[in-house]
Amino acid sequence: MPETKSPKVVMDSDGIERCLTRIAYEILEKNKGIDNLVLVGIRTGGIYLAERLQKKISAIENTKIPLGILDITLYRDDITKTSKKAPLGKTKIPFDLEDKKVILVDDVLFTGRTIRAAMDALIDFGRPKMIQLAVLIDRGHRELPIRADYVGKNLPSSLWEAVSVNLLEKNGKDEVLIEEET
Amino acid sequence: MKLLLKGARVIDPSQKMDARIDILVEEGKISSCGTTIKAPPAAQVINLTDMIVVPGLIDMHVHLREPGLEYKETIATGSAAAVAGGFTSIACMPNTDPVNDNRSITEFIRRKASEANLANVYPIGAISVGSEGKQMTEFWDLKEAGVIALSDDGKPVMDAALMRHAMEYAGSLDLPVIQHCEDINLSAGGLMNEGYWSTMMGLPGIPSIAEEAIVGRDILIAEYTQTRIHIAHVSTAGSVRLIRDAKMRGLKVTAETAPHYFTLTDECLQDYDTSYKVNPPLRSTADIAAINEGLADGTIDAIACDHAPHARTDKEVEFVYAANGISGLETSLGLSLNLVHEGILTWEKLIAAMACNPARILNLDKGTLKKGSDADITVIDPEQTWRVDVKTFVSRGKNSPFSGRKMKGRAVLTLVAGDIKYDGRAL
Amino acid sequence: MMKLAKKDILGIQEMTVDEINLILETAESFLEISTREIKKVPTLRGKSIINLFYEASTRTRTSFEIAGKRLSADTINISASTSSVVKGETLIDTARNLEAMNPDIIVLRHSAAGAPHLLASLVRQSIINAGDGAHEHPSQALLDMMTIREKKGRLAGLKVAIIGDILHSRVARSNIYGLSKMGARIVVAGPATMMPRNIEQMGVKACTKLEEAITDADVVMMLRIQLERQKQNIFPSLREYAQHYCLNRKNIKLAKPDAIVMHPGPINRGVEISPDIADDPACSVILDQVNNGVAVRMALLYLLSGGNE
Repeated sequence: MPETKSPKVVMDSDGIERCLTRIAYEILEKNKGIDNLVLVGIRTGGIYLAERLQKKISAIENTKIPLGILDITLYRDDITKTSKKAPLGKTKIPFDLEDKKVILVDDVLFTGRTIRAAMDALIDFGRPKMIQLAVLIDRGHRELPIRADYVGKNLPSSLWEAVSVNLLEKNGKDEVLIEEET
Repeated sequence: MKLLLKGARVIDPSQKMDARIDILVEEGKISSCGTTIKAPPAAQVINLTDMIVVPGLIDMHVHLREPGLEYKETIATGSAAAVAGGFTSIACMPNTDPVNDNRSITEFIRRKASEANLANVYPIGAISVGSEGKQMTEFWDLKEAGVIALSDDGKPVMDAALMRHAMEYAGSLDLPVIQHCEDINLSAGGLMNEGYWSTMMGLPGIPSIAEEAIVGRDILIAEYTQTRIHIAHVSTAGSVRLIRDAKMRGLKVTAETAPHYFTLTDECLQDYDTSYKVNPPLRSTADIAAINEGLADGTIDAIACDHAPHARTDKEVEFVYAANGISGLETSLGLSLNLVHEGILTWEKLIAAMACNPARILNLDKGTLKKGSDADITVIDPEQTWRVDVKTFVSRGKNSPFSGRKMKGRAVLTLVAGDIKYDGRAL
Repeated sequence: MMKLAKKDILGIQEMTVDEINLILETAESFLEISTREIKKVPTLRGKSIINLFYEASTRTRTSFEIAGKRLSADTINISASTSSVVKGETLIDTARNLEAMNPDIIVLRHSAAGAPHLLASLVRQSIINAGDGAHEHPSQALLDMMTIREKKGRLAGLKVAIIGDILHSRVARSNIYGLSKMGARIVVAGPATMMPRNIEQMGVKACTKLEEAITDADVVMMLRIQLERQKQNIFPSLREYAQHYCLNRKNIKLAKPDAIVMHPGPINRGVEISPDIADDPACSVILDQVNNGVAVRMALLYLLSGGNE
């Protein structure tokens, strides 16, 4: 049996908070304020990050910008090829996307396929003015021409490593881990 | 041709015999029985130690499908299935195409049977022309042509007046009348026993009273006209009770049941497997108990398998469209022997129900091993265990729900008029 | 594991509580798609679904068709009147021919109980039973359970009254199987001639009076009466039936004040339900049932379209 390495913490709670604060300022700077700005978190990790960004932006601007939730399961390109599916979650976009600037939020950017699916889904809801992407971790290995506008941390990784983002809301603890896949 | 059957246990209820004796067969007849018979010159000696020898089994209710439905079975393949199942005589129902309602069809069946030269085949004639329940057939002519009983099997005689007249007229000719008891208004549209399982499965039910109403009616006619009635394939506890009461009152009522009615229940249908679709339908465990009791106390005289061979295309359809029936000749003895294994019947009672009583009901000079009688003999290996495999059926009909079932006891040798028509000793 | 561990949806009888919950939860997630501007997701692109209907049914067929289309599957409708059925081809032959054309799912409606079981045993495609004789109508029971859960927040412990021709109703059977698995109490009522034998062995209470059945009910489910049954002499007239088994403003007071009224449709107004009750949004959830029907059928198609691993 190969030696199992314990997961390595690459970002702790403070690190995550600092990244999100920075991203919040970057979003405001790039978009020159909050006009027509909406956040859409990708299930499940992206939801909590989007909520935190919403709070941070609201603290800065004193206005709560709209937040949506997107489940991209139905847009995946491997849906009928795999027998293991993530449970189908609800999608909630309680606002019109027409002419909005959408900040799509996810935890880890990897192959880019999830983001491709998310963009397809978003466009089915309407025609946003633009879509920008915010991720906590960019681990490389893109399979599609997709790039994030806001990155918490670039984390060079190998394909046989697994990157997991644990969040307080979901896992009871904020941390980003990297480990060799078993 | 001389044959000496040596060393077997011989069970012959007609002589109340259960003993280890030898039987000598000469020129198609049983020429002598005795504890130790010396083989005459040129006699073939068959050693049957550990075997049971019984009078040739008689199935009084089979469907041979010829003429008209040869894709299901022919007289030749049906009689081959009979001897393979241990039956030396079978009585075939008239629901062929055309219906056996006249002399020419009866003669055709007898000619085909003699060409096949396997089991004795006794045609049963229709009660009404085309079995349509309207006009009586020519009973007298049919009897002269070789018909041994009358029935509109499968199409019960609903007209009570016609039934009364048929029983009176047939009674004067000493021809037994056999009724498939089913009130077709009560059973209309029904596909299985009405009860919990039909409710679960959403299939229209056939209530037990559909059978019992006609059993009761025909018993009343038999009493009123002082004639005989034979009730085919009894499937319900209520029928057993009615027949028992009638017999206790001395009426000339006889009855048969089929192995599936004491083996299977309507629960078997839950996957809509059409091989279990029969008419009358499979009933409940309470009905099985009553039928077992009826067999044990003699209320039910005979076991007949209602051999109903069908092609695959007749069964591999929606349940509602599937044909009724089981190809039964090759499993009948095995299933019936279960009654002996379970202590419900003695060997003697079983053989009476499968040989002596059918002969008596049909007025056949058969069902006995008495000296001088026809050498129709069935040899059973009581210990042989085997598994039913429809692919090996001699019958064209492979429709059996018993496929794969383990059996104990099997006919290994079938002699008709002293000739070996089936030899399964090597199996 | 979010795949149903089965090839076919033949009935609620064969389903576990977990499977029912999975289907209902998936269906709830699908509801939102029907509210979008573009009511379509690409999930089943390239899959073909054959709706093989041997019995006329506008509602169920349309619902399955819309469900398939909203998932981007290609749906093909074959109905008895346009197919070779009338030319005497057997179900098996039809199925083998369809199988050779390699669809992914066959949705079957047939007047013969057990027909989907036969089909499922013979073809490799997934079969969805869209109603077989008086046996089962699983997607209807699932949408009914979804609607009840949506309105009542639960199924366990509810009293559900099912009224009408229980004997001939596949909707009743599937709901009895499903609701009893989910912990509801079921009372069925109808004329004695429409009560199947030994129905109480299915775990329900049976009676012949509507009033008795609906007293304190949380849910009142009315069944459609088939007018042709009159010819079988199982009830004397529609007039007499309506007088005693029609849900109306007066007798509904016996049910709980917040009771909901359901009907699988199409309704015979004034026979099963008085028009004012059928159209009263305060209690009637009949249109919610239709809406949920599409979501449930999307969930079934989605969950059956797992991989071939």
